[in-house]
Amino acid sequence: MLTIVFFAQTREILDQGSLSLDFSPALSNLETLRQQLAARGDKWDLALQRDKLLVAVNQEMSRWDTPIKDGDEVAFFPPVTGG
Amino acid sequence: MIAIQQQDFDIAKLYHQLTDSQLNPNGYGAIVTFVGRVRDFNQQQQVAAMSLEHYPGMTEKSLAEIVLQAKSRWPISEPIIIHRVGELLPGDQIVYIGVASAHRKAAFEACEFLIDYLKIKAPLWKKEQTESGYQWVDARETDHGAASRWTKQ
Repeated sequence: MLTIVFFAQTREILDQGSLSLDFSPALSNLETLRQQLAARGDKWDLALQRDKLLVAVNQEMSRWDTPIKDGDEVAFFPPVTGG
Repeated sequence: MIAIQQQDFDIAKLYHQLTDSQLNPNGYGAIVTFVGRVRDFNQQQQVAAMSLEHYPGMTEKSLAEIVLQAKSRWPISEPIIIHRVGELLPGDQIVYIGVASAHRKAAFEACEFLIDYLKIKAPLWKKEQTESGYQWVDARETDHGAASRWTKQ
């Protein structure tokens, strides 16, 4: 099982803060996961456009080619604006 | 000390914490602090209120990581970083960074490094309420420029 969480605009567009997803080996890396989620429909495609999206695995900022494994927590969010 | 909290902070109390000789030897003759506040305008729009969201757990983790980097780079004490989340108004304090060191140069540099890195690494997001409604604040390219100068040395 993967836990997927969303923050800020990404969460608002999806109208959803988190979801659980069965892990499958076909989800080889973060980009594959992003593409699979984006294919769920228009709002998913809009929320998960890669050019304005960051991704973290187990609360570490990660690159799109990072492999994922069962049990990971994956977060999608826009560029950060704290401070 | 790293804290993500809704409530305001008292800079006088934090100063005493930074100068507490049990935490920081009295040889630490320089204290540098930074306070960030909510502006009442941004990109030509009046800001009536702001709300801040974060990624609980990852925010603390990412700040702990940049504190480690600062401590490996400058001879500083354990810094204090406080970031507020939730609903804020113009003039409210948002963020506090406090650093103690033996001399001012290390304290100034480490403080600036910490706020520069916080702005690009910590998963926090601002949303502003303006005349045209609520809108998320866009990330600024200049923040990346400010942080990248620390890697060009």
